[in-house]
Amino acid sequence: MSLTLSEEQLLLKDSAEKFFAKASPVSRMRALRDTRDETGFSQEIWKEMAALGWLGIAFSEAHGGSEMGIGELGVVLFEAGRVLAPEPLLSTLLMGANAVRLSDNEALKSEVLPAVAMGERVVALAWEETGRFNPYAVSTKAQSVDNGYMISGEKTYVLDAHVADQMVVVARLSGQTNDKDGLVLILIDADAEGISIQRTTLMDGRNAAQVTFSQVEVSADRLLGDGDLLDLVLHQATMGLVAEMLGMMDETFERTLEYLKEREQFGVKIGTFQALRHRAAEMFAELEFARSLMLDGFAAIDEGRNDIALSVSAAKAQANKAARLIGEEGVQMHGGMGMTNDLDIGLFLKRLKAAELALGDETYHQRRFASLQGY
Amino acid sequence: MQDLETFKKDVQDFIAANLPAHLRFGNRPGLPEDDLQKWFSALGEKGWVAPDWPTEYGGAGLDRTYTAALRAELRAVDAPSPGHPGITLLGPTLMDVGTEEQRMEHLPKIADNSFYWCQGFSEPGAGSDLAGLQTKAERVGDEFIINGSKIWTSGAHKADWIFVLARTDPDAPKHMGISMIMVDMKQPGIEVSPLELIDGSAEFNQVFFDNARAGAHQVVGELNGGWSVAKRLLQYERSTDIHDVIIWEAKEPLTDLMKREIGMQNDMLADATLRERLAAHEIDARALDLTMRRAVAEAKAGQTNRDVSSIGKYRWGDMMKEAANLSMYAAGSGGLGWEGEGFLPSQLRWTREWLFSRSHSIWGGTHEIQKNLIAKRVLDIPED
Repeated sequence: MSLTLSEEQLLLKDSAEKFFAKASPVSRMRALRDTRDETGFSQEIWKEMAALGWLGIAFSEAHGGSEMGIGELGVVLFEAGRVLAPEPLLSTLLMGANAVRLSDNEALKSEVLPAVAMGERVVALAWEETGRFNPYAVSTKAQSVDNGYMISGEKTYVLDAHVADQMVVVARLSGQTNDKDGLVLILIDADAEGISIQRTTLMDGRNAAQVTFSQVEVSADRLLGDGDLLDLVLHQATMGLVAEMLGMMDETFERTLEYLKEREQFGVKIGTFQALRHRAAEMFAELEFARSLMLDGFAAIDEGRNDIALSVSAAKAQANKAARLIGEEGVQMHGGMGMTNDLDIGLFLKRLKAAELALGDETYHQRRFASLQGY
Repeated sequence: MQDLETFKKDVQDFIAANLPAHLRFGNRPGLPEDDLQKWFSALGEKGWVAPDWPTEYGGAGLDRTYTAALRAELRAVDAPSPGHPGITLLGPTLMDVGTEEQRMEHLPKIADNSFYWCQGFSEPGAGSDLAGLQTKAERVGDEFIINGSKIWTSGAHKADWIFVLARTDPDAPKHMGISMIMVDMKQPGIEVSPLELIDGSAEFNQVFFDNARAGAHQVVGELNGGWSVAKRLLQYERSTDIHDVIIWEAKEPLTDLMKREIGMQNDMLADATLRERLAAHEIDARALDLTMRRAVAEAKAGQTNRDVSSIGKYRWGDMMKEAANLSMYAAGSGGLGWEGEGFLPSQLRWTREWLFSRSHSIWGGTHEIQKNLIAKRVLDIPED
């Protein structure tokens, strides 16, 4: 993906937009939330996405995929974001299964990826242990035992863990919390003995869980990689999240613009007020800055550039800044109605806030950008 | 056409032969005027004052690639550029809507550095509301007689010609009765008085017209059609701005300045807040650069999204102001020196630059006007 979408990406975007508009209006996500649906997403729609070839976009042909880039996955996530689709795209395709894809473990790739591509497997990434984003703050232990490891610890905010068939757990073989050295990524079946999963309900209505590992035994051949693999996975997951955020921001912005053009007060459309017109222009500027940095972040990854970390941090920092502005102005410009549960605008605010805090807030990425630039 | 590498080598040789070391300070004020003119004339002889203009108008007929290569070589040595509105604004506009007679009369003299031009648009009573301008041009025989005054005319004190917006039909609605007229500055009816700015500079002026004269054939585009000519011309103004971002980035190592002034601790700027602000600023600069390149790429690919180039001017202005703010905070009272002893020359420059940078959200259409335009033209929000 360069600064503009290619012909193929435009076609993909078009078909994804049509698919989600038909199969998945925002009301579907709302209904799943309100009925406290046990799965929290639609297996049927997940299967349809598999049939369209989207779940294997980034996998090699040998693993049932079409060998396209992360940029193409970004196109799908963007459209999923516009309708707040709750399917486990991010958790599986950019986190759990992506850790398998990016690893050197050929046996596990052959075992896991074809099943994921067919929509038959959800793979979560059990990594975070703290609320505030801190990638190496891992104290879950991986103890070497005969022919394998024994895992013990607690994970939090594990996306889609309660519906996962497998999990990639990030554990510590050696070193201290916050060390990158000593981390290992290991694939574990979700129903292995010693794992307990407690689903949690967050404000955005998406699926996350607390996962406890008590002396879970796993064989040595389930090892995927170390802290470097975690970096790779988190960079790509961050870009996937940024793409989803752009989709949500586009939708929030368009809905807000429509409201400015319709809503009347003092006998005129509120969009005639200069105070609101100027703020709409500022939203547009932040949104387009975020879009440019998103496109560049995907390009950095897919072209294997040497400034991936820098590009990803710039993209997430700006997406966070824009999300805050657009989410909050979206509600503010809808006035009292914006505060009601009846309107969808609040659903976008909630999901945007959750996305903003996930995988590093604005300050985190500014600081990382500074370090990467040598100051 | 010679190959690109040979061309670059030629430019380097030319620079070595014609640009003395004491001029290699970009467009900083205070460089010796005679030496500057000699350098600009040497550029003019090669057609490099206006390198992308056709050769019959005095340019070098270079395409985008060669023009960019030439500019990059000149930037690399901080060469002063003869940039004035005749080159950047009037030239392209004449090539669009001027007559062949006008092009042959004016373009070669701009391209060989004979004439310096200034731009007469704003008036004391017509700033953001440019179309409210009151300067009058009355047709008498084959001439226009011009009365009124223009303000913010940069370089008017050294200009040979000026292009002015004047009211040629006082009875028409305000946008409809305006014409753009080219006027010779060397005549008794024109008086220039300097305007000192808060940074102490006097590059701007007020120009008074008292029965000044211009030939009827000096109207650019349609008579009474000056408003649309001006809008077209201002598009060139916006596109030149964006180009400057890259010059700034290459020239002014803000990061180095801040490291030196603030100091480092554990490989980090010693002030955590300014460190984050610098990162935010650099991310903005990166986003702006990418966004402007995306605008070009989208246009080239024929993708019709909302026009993102519309945010360029206002975000560029914000970025320039923030860069100056950061250098000021990094320097502390070291960034307050006005003149005389006790400060390094570079510190005195920061003070003036910070003051001048306040204008980046004012000139060329204030930020408020830019946002009005975005809301109306790009976001399509009706005004009533």
